[in-house]
Amino acid sequence: MLELGAFLRLMTLPVHLLWLIAALPLLAAGIGALTPRRGRALAAGVAIAAMALSFLLSCAALATALAQPAAHLVHNFAWFDLGLGPLRLGWLLDPLTAFMCVMVTLVGLLIFVFSVGYMHADANSTRFFCFMSVFAAAMLGVLIANSLLLLFVCWELVGLASYLLIGFWFHKPAAAAAAKKAFITTRIGDLGLLLGMLWLYDSTGTLLFFDAGNGVLEAGALGALTAQTTIGGLAVSTAIGLLVFCGAIGKSGQFPLHVWLPDAMEGPTPVSALIHAATMVAAGVFLVARVYPLMAADQALAHVPIHALTVVAFIGAITALMGAMIAVAQNDIKRVLAFSTVSQLGYMMLALGVGSWVAAIFHLLTHAFFKALLFLGAGSVIHAAHHEQDIRRLGGLRGPMRTTFATFAIGMMALSGVPFLFSGFWSKEAILHAAHAWNGSSLPLFAGLAAVVLTAFYMTRLVAEVFFGAPRSEAAGHAHESPPTMTIPLIGLAVGAVLLGFLGTPAYPWLQARLLGETEVHGHSLLEGGGLMMLSIVLVALGIGAGWAIYWRRLRATATALDPLERATPRTFAALAARLGFDELYAATVGRLSNATAALADALDRHVWDGAIRFLARLGEFTGVVSRETDEDMLNGGFDAGSESLRGTGKLYSRAQTGETHGYLRVIAIGFVLLVLIVMMGGGQ
Amino acid sequence: MNLSPLHLCLLFSSALFCIGLIGALCRSNTILVLLGVELMLNAANLNFIAFWRFGPAPSAETGVIFVLFSIAVAAAEAAVGLALVISIYRHQQNIRLQEANRLKG
Amino acid sequence: MTSLPLLSLIVFTPWAGAALLASLRRASPIIVRTVSLVFSLSTLALGLVVLAGFDAARTSPQFVEQQAWISTLNVHYHLGLDGLSLVLVLLTGIVTPTALLASWRVRRSPRLFGALFLFLQGAALGVFLALDFFHWFLFWELSLVPAFFLIKLWGGAGASRAAYQFVIYTIGGSAFMLLGFAALYVATGTLDFIQLAQLGADGTIGQKLAALGGWWPTAVFLGVLLGLAVKVPLFPFHTWLPPAYAEAPTGTSMFLTGVMSKMGVYGFLRILWPLFPASLHAAAPALLWLALGGVVLGAFAAMRQIDLKRMIAYSSINHLSYCLLALFAVSAATGRAGATNEAATAALSGTILHIFNHGLSAAALFCCVGVLESRAGGRRGLNDFGGVRTAAPIFAGLCGISMFSSLGLPGLNGFVGEFLIFRGVFGLTPWAAAVACLGLLATALFLMTFWQRVFHGPTGGAATGFKDLSALEIATLAPTIALIFVLGVWPQLIAGLINPLVTAWAGHLALP
Repeated sequence: MLELGAFLRLMTLPVHLLWLIAALPLLAAGIGALTPRRGRALAAGVAIAAMALSFLLSCAALATALAQPAAHLVHNFAWFDLGLGPLRLGWLLDPLTAFMCVMVTLVGLLIFVFSVGYMHADANSTRFFCFMSVFAAAMLGVLIANSLLLLFVCWELVGLASYLLIGFWFHKPAAAAAAKKAFITTRIGDLGLLLGMLWLYDSTGTLLFFDAGNGVLEAGALGALTAQTTIGGLAVSTAIGLLVFCGAIGKSGQFPLHVWLPDAMEGPTPVSALIHAATMVAAGVFLVARVYPLMAADQALAHVPIHALTVVAFIGAITALMGAMIAVAQNDIKRVLAFSTVSQLGYMMLALGVGSWVAAIFHLLTHAFFKALLFLGAGSVIHAAHHEQDIRRLGGLRGPMRTTFATFAIGMMALSGVPFLFSGFWSKEAILHAAHAWNGSSLPLFAGLAAVVLTAFYMTRLVAEVFFGAPRSEAAGHAHESPPTMTIPLIGLAVGAVLLGFLGTPAYPWLQARLLGETEVHGHSLLEGGGLMMLSIVLVALGIGAGWAIYWRRLRATATALDPLERATPRTFAALAARLGFDELYAATVGRLSNATAALADALDRHVWDGAIRFLARLGEFTGVVSRETDEDMLNGGFDAGSESLRGTGKLYSRAQTGETHGYLRVIAIGFVLLVLIVMMGGGQ
Repeated sequence: MNLSPLHLCLLFSSALFCIGLIGALCRSNTILVLLGVELMLNAANLNFIAFWRFGPAPSAETGVIFVLFSIAVAAAEAAVGLALVISIYRHQQNIRLQEANRLKG
Repeated sequence: MTSLPLLSLIVFTPWAGAALLASLRRASPIIVRTVSLVFSLSTLALGLVVLAGFDAARTSPQFVEQQAWISTLNVHYHLGLDGLSLVLVLLTGIVTPTALLASWRVRRSPRLFGALFLFLQGAALGVFLALDFFHWFLFWELSLVPAFFLIKLWGGAGASRAAYQFVIYTIGGSAFMLLGFAALYVATGTLDFIQLAQLGADGTIGQKLAALGGWWPTAVFLGVLLGLAVKVPLFPFHTWLPPAYAEAPTGTSMFLTGVMSKMGVYGFLRILWPLFPASLHAAAPALLWLALGGVVLGAFAAMRQIDLKRMIAYSSINHLSYCLLALFAVSAATGRAGATNEAATAALSGTILHIFNHGLSAAALFCCVGVLESRAGGRRGLNDFGGVRTAAPIFAGLCGISMFSSLGLPGLNGFVGEFLIFRGVFGLTPWAAAVACLGLLATALFLMTFWQRVFHGPTGGAATGFKDLSALEIATLAPTIALIFVLGVWPQLIAGLINPLVTAWAGHLALP
């Protein structure tokens, strides 16, 4: 550690240049967007180079942050003028940001390298790298933001990028639907975050986290927020904290908004890895950790109905247990991992809720490595098995795919919490210890312990089904090891999945101390609290043992054979396989409600409002008809009759006009004769 | 019967007028109708001359001047009439008056 | 500062263009189109000239032109421009050429089309610049004439009915406004907005109207309100809008939503609020509900539409209701303890920014739907397409950007205005902001559905053989899309023009 520290001290990154970390991938995305399709090498190269540079910058930032771990280095600037003052945003550098940046850039870099191999055959790989870069840039933006507004902006861009990537194969209806579902579901949570942010802005007049004593996470603002109460006797800080937490629920796939996460598997596997390990879901946990002073501000208040963190703890516990349960009954390799992510994120929230945000971040960092490893391993399997994802149809891949198997096994053991060597063990221990120490309730601890068994169990099942036995489909039978661009990242992540745990062992909790801003590390013997550790080791053994007994000892023979658990408890298994029916529940309630509202709005428009207007129009028309009738019958009638008789007379006379000259002449002659006769008759007088 | 020259002249012009009138009424050929009209006109001219010659004041030349005007007008009228006839002919390829009825109201 | 009558030039250059087009009997279509485009661009050019000489720190009108016109009626020819007008002039300057470019392929009588369009443009500009009710109202009504013909003659199957409905509805509303102003003239003897605003601010208008009779102030206020509410439109006076926008040809729809709907909001800000602050304050709590109705029900009604143009039309109702929501929230909160200037400034800045931003994004969306319609031979149903993104990636990209801008994605222009509106409304009436969030959600829902059905999935329906955008179409959309990005990152461009003005408005919060 000391050598690493000395090396890092050589590098510094001033905080006003922190934006470069996010800007480089964004620039790469811009270049990628303008690259024609055939320029895939360029796009991939630029994206990887940008990530690598960002990684170096992040290391420099980490060195800078560790030089003074207790300080929050900020650089604030005006975005635009609003009223009498500017609306300010800013960058923030502290150990939390720095560690996260290093993790995101490193894991992201490895995933990018993996993608070169994985997306080799895809015609749109330039677009893929463009979107991936946007994704990374947005996530890095979330990390370095010193303003809830800026964080929100990047947060939404993370949502956009995930939408684009989940729907990357948008010609598949399932992928398009999954992308939409992810966007909408997370947006529901984001509206909570938006409201929380508005409330915070309105109450404190700023959205900067740290601003020389005026930021929202500093004592002055927090004191003011806890002093006020709102609806239901909640402290304002509690209400704001819970609203902000809504955003985290959506993004981090917590109960009850976890439904989008498994569907997000429709994206290419590197995307799943990036979403589930380094970026999107981590953003929710990071958010809560970032605003932790706000979330915890109400802890000192005695007479409030509920503390914000209690809610976080219980949501986390429910999610951890539920995710692990559902994962047991999934048959798609990526879905098993997806629900395991849900479950692990529940752990992190649990840790946040019980007051140990450093444990949450520790688990977040270790989880990022081993979950990325597992997803990329799954990607490697899927790639080799010609996009066969059903574990019942895989099997026997241990032989042909040695590297993938070895690294996947490391990931599996890290996730299951196999003791001492693997990072997942240490971070999970930290969480369980924190839950144990919490004096709110012991239910979260029990949920966490139950999830430990289940996690070990379903991961054993997964490995047994995929890698052992005989291939159960043609695709699995022809599988061979993936190219080095895919296996090297696996090895890198596997190394991380092992080593990272040693940054935060109870004996030398360096990471925790740095995150808390302490320069001295106070370790203690592993035997302190060793009972809980023993218990969890036993539970892990139990889970793996059960998995071994059920799946490993008697391996699946054919792809269609029933799962042993399904045979034992068909109903429970079916319910879990159907993900406890949340999708159906939401479709029947929220979906139907919104459709009904839409129908109502439309009907109101068509019938009521437009009807009122039509009624007015009819009224006008009716007046018109009445006045027309009056005019025509009473006034025009007489005039019409007069003119009609005139016309008749004229017609009569015009009959005389034959146009024949003789006729006229005759009339003239007769008239002449008559005239003569009259003259002669009267001539005598 | 003791007829004065005036009477004779008037009888003659009446006869002439009647011939003209019948011609104008009965012929269908437009030129013949024009001839009839011309005859009636000449009957009137004859009357003028007769009343001038045998009237109370033969020294005044009013009757002659009237007739001279009338003849000049008749010549012009005949020219116009014949022009119309030609025009009618051009339109309907004959000069039957019964068919020239397009001006009817 | 030049001595040229710049504002008159801005208003009348398009009219001169219309006259020129009318006299170009034998010109070929290409010349006619070029002339139309050049004259419509004059607004942008002159607007930039004005921008260069514009002093953002002044809140009173600038570049004022004032001439006695009809002295017996005390009517003046009075033009002037402040930040709000300038923003709208620039918006008109951008939207009109874009709309003309989008109509480049209009076959039927391009000369008449261009002339009517320029006439419409001039009338709209007159509304934004006039400071005397007399000719303000002339411009206001004159804008209906070309709009009527543009809808009726170049529109779709139901265009005739939609055009009549649009014109009669709007004129019906305006008639009440005219009556209201007649009464106002009788009471005060002036029609000048500046003078009236001063009289409004110190309550004189209310007193003088009350002198005519007890119910006069209310009646006049309601008359003016009705005229403006129909134009915006305020829920539930909006039923003319979906058919009119849907049946109008693409370019006209773009202008209608981009510029003409803004005339109503402009009227609210320029006339109703300054002249009748007390009446608006009294009515605002009820009006808030109407605006919320527009926000929520407008968005939900859009979810139900099969016709894409109707869908975007409903989304316009939703967006314009945000603007009104902010104004009503400010007015309702006037004088209330706890209502802060910061919130009011944010709400009002948000309104003006949103006017501009919605003008851009809605015009771009209509343009995109127009492209779909022209490619599909007049079909524009939600289910007529599929997988357009595969066939036309550039089109999908540009359309997606406009869609996300309309959806309020941060980083694009739509977010800034919406955020400020929500920030302001939350500070003044928190529950209204919370309810309005439903509108945001429904907007996301229907735009996502639109995107999924039309652009995603396997290529099928009218998308078979879909050609990507031509260079002309890209040129049509590109400036707007570029602005969508620029204003999303750098809203100071617009905010800087209106900030002092809005601050001054918010400073008048306390009622007499």
